Amino acid sequence: MTLLKIDDLKVEFPGRLDTFVAVENIHLELEPGEIYGLVGESGAGKSTIGNAVIDLLEPPGRVAEGHIALDGSAIENLPYEKMRAIRGRRIGMIFQDPLTSLNPLYTVEDQLVETIQTHLDLNEVEATARAIELLDQVGIPEPEVRVKHYPHQFSGGMRQRVVIALALCGEPELIVADEPTTALDVSIQAQILDLIRSLCKQRQVGMVIITHDMGVIADITDNVAVMYRGKIVEKGPTTKILSAPEHPYTKSLISAVPRADLRLDRFPMVNYIEGPEPERSDFDVSTHWLGQAQNFGKSTDGTLVRVESLTMKFVTERSIFPSRRKLFTAVDNVSFEIRDGETFGLVGESGSGKSTVARSIAGLYRPVAGSIHFAGGELTAIKDEKELRPYRQQMQMIFQDPFSSLNSRMRVLDIVAEPIRFHKLASSRAEVVEIVEDLLEHVGLGRAAAKRFPHEFSGGQRQRISIARALATRPRFLICDEPTSALDVSIQAQILNLLKDLQDELGLTMLFISHDLPVIRQMCDRVAVMRNGKICEIAETEQLFEAPGHDYTRHLLELMPKLENLSREGLQVADDEAARHSQ
Amino acid sequence: MIGFILKRFFQSFIVMFLVAMLAFTMFNFLGDPVNQMVGIDTSAADREALRDRLGLNDPLYAQFARFIGNALQFEFGQSYQHKRAVSGLILDRLPATLELSLISAIFTLAVGVPMGVHTGLHRNSLVSKIFMTVSLVGVSLPTFLIGILLIFIFSVQLQWLPSFGRGEVVDLGFWSTGLLTATGWKAIIMPAVTLGLFQMTLIMRLVRSEMLEVLRSDYIKFARARGLPSRAINFGHALKNTLVPVITIAGLQLGSLIAFAIITETVFQWPGMGLMFLQAIQVVDIPIMAAYLMLIAFFFVMINLIVDMLYYVVDPRLRVDSTN
Repeated sequence: MTLLKIDDLKVEFPGRLDTFVAVENIHLELEPGEIYGLVGESGAGKSTIGNAVIDLLEPPGRVAEGHIALDGSAIENLPYEKMRAIRGRRIGMIFQDPLTSLNPLYTVEDQLVETIQTHLDLNEVEATARAIELLDQVGIPEPEVRVKHYPHQFSGGMRQRVVIALALCGEPELIVADEPTTALDVSIQAQILDLIRSLCKQRQVGMVIITHDMGVIADITDNVAVMYRGKIVEKGPTTKILSAPEHPYTKSLISAVPRADLRLDRFPMVNYIEGPEPERSDFDVSTHWLGQAQNFGKSTDGTLVRVESLTMKFVTERSIFPSRRKLFTAVDNVSFEIRDGETFGLVGESGSGKSTVARSIAGLYRPVAGSIHFAGGELTAIKDEKELRPYRQQMQMIFQDPFSSLNSRMRVLDIVAEPIRFHKLASSRAEVVEIVEDLLEHVGLGRAAAKRFPHEFSGGQRQRISIARALATRPRFLICDEPTSALDVSIQAQILNLLKDLQDELGLTMLFISHDLPVIRQMCDRVAVMRNGKICEIAETEQLFEAPGHDYTRHLLELMPKLENLSREGLQVADDEAARHSQ
Repeated sequence: MIGFILKRFFQSFIVMFLVAMLAFTMFNFLGDPVNQMVGIDTSAADREALRDRLGLNDPLYAQFARFIGNALQFEFGQSYQHKRAVSGLILDRLPATLELSLISAIFTLAVGVPMGVHTGLHRNSLVSKIFMTVSLVGVSLPTFLIGILLIFIFSVQLQWLPSFGRGEVVDLGFWSTGLLTATGWKAIIMPAVTLGLFQMTLIMRLVRSEMLEVLRSDYIKFARARGLPSRAINFGHALKNTLVPVITIAGLQLGSLIAFAIITETVFQWPGMGLMFLQAIQVVDIPIMAAYLMLIAFFFVMINLIVDMLYYVVDPRLRVDSTN
């Protein structure tokens, strides 16, 4: 018997003027014990399907057409109380962010017992025993002790295990997992995926897993449906779809996935989704304002940035007695050099201190010990803010979150012009406007963008604004702190292409921070691997991936989702290019 | 936790000390207390003797130390106007104000919180719209006008409730209460409603916006996905998460209910501290003003201390000690 059968589903959100169709023509079939992947980029409608199955569509969304059948009986548009009896009992759900899916004010026990007692006819003692058993099954050590704890006392990965335990409380036949590992580090992601896989196979639970991550799809699913703008464009067994995609969107999506197995020149064929890569101006940068940077502190030995024994501590518990203060060492005795013109990667899991290093270099934190040299000057020795300015002008930062890193009350013109005005890089107002418009055109936004506000742009476009703002001081050194981790893969590919192009044109040096090893492989010349505030290994990128020297690096590389059978259609592989050049 | 409470106590002491300084300054620089006490025909020698007896010739720090010492023993000297000990006057008036504030606060919370929950849950229902409109009236009308309107309707027109005073009062020795007699209850209704109306609408709007915020959160969606009953979700999970900001505001509001009962007490001729304070200002009765200042500051500080401790009870994330 088919566990879940979705037949010609259409979900719409009626608006005042017109009706928005979120998904339509959806057909899916899922057997018990099977893991079915729904993959697509944001706005594709994959979460809408998950919400429709469990009947938690945000109002005014509704199932307009089609049927959803669980074990043969229709469950769409059921009355609230009937559907409530199915939720949790027959269909479980797991959400993306384990930090926000648990009620912070109740212990794990309270939440588990409440859910168990809602669905199963057990008394308090039995329910508690069941709760402990569930925690044990999802791999939480010392469940008898941990059950008494509050959510904030668990780490992210452990919380996601608690969330899974909660989803299992009513012993459901079907689980809908909406981006269950997106908020987690790679090592935790691997553990959670293992757990999900073994639970599905043991209990013969069917699972619909919704994700944007091809790695997760390749790792765990049996079948996959690729979604694009509310429709399924292609579906079938996972191995077949990944190795021999047929639909152009699937091809485009797969080619945009950063590869860990080979280094590409550029990301190809990413045009299907966001439209073609925007037109960029092709003026000659060497004669333009942008290319006329003063030869600021040209180094002789080819080193632009030198970090020596950098140490950074944060106070976690204040006290008036210095001996009782608790300090957290975020960065511990870190040293490295960044050569002129290269892209230096910093990779590590969350909490490894990589962003702290970047912020120390940018001067946002004052380090406890150690020194930072930039373009011949020792930044840590300069106390006067005014003397630091010429150095600051030479280094700019691009942040992770494109939504909070732009002031939403300022027009794009003013956002990009602010650094030019501050550093007095232009002589007249008209010149500033001219420069800003050139910059916006150069990053692919078009001159008209200057008059608009940030909220009128998508995430990828906003990141382009950030890049234009960073270029506005004519810097030599860019610090990119996870610049694409909030973006969809195809947009990520476009932004990374842009950064590569700009680096070639302007001879920029970059510090590129990411938790994503494949992205690092595509972008960086040399890489430092960080863990718990220390650098484990610094190596040339290719060497790091082919012959890692440190155990932790090897561990990280092993944890990367295996994408061996990905289609290689249409890729421009850097190695092949090099091979061709050398012939 | 204990360290935190000690720290808060320490901060409270600093606040009280500063307020004491202010009150003391008032004594010394708002006119000459001797002039306030004696007649025009008192001789210079008598004045000097009185000045000496009151300790006004001592150095300033000695006077301040004495003031603090007296304040600690709840001793604020003689009222110029009433020629009685200020502490006694305050103790006579305090129960009236505290009872009024307490009943008013209970009214505020008992009506405001459920209204807020309802309007948060059923945003577009007719009842919610009525509540929101009424609350606008509550926010925008000044207290004295509401009081006068209530008197006009319920005392003058309908003649259901008394328009002034506390009704019959039972003296328990240390406390005189109006809450044991029917007339006392009748008398307290209108002042309490008048005093609490503004706060009630504030609490209602606060609970409403907090509820709307919490209901959008992931853990509420997850609770729904687990099939929990609506009651458990709305009142168990959602309402409890709105409590921290509500406690903060409610605490501060209780303080201001006590401190700003002045207008209501005047409108209803309520024999509380506020009325006494107003009269004291008119005749520059500095000891009463100083004592009132100290007392109100004390209430605020204590309420804030209790609010801070309540956070710990409500939100486990603040119990730092248990994290390790």
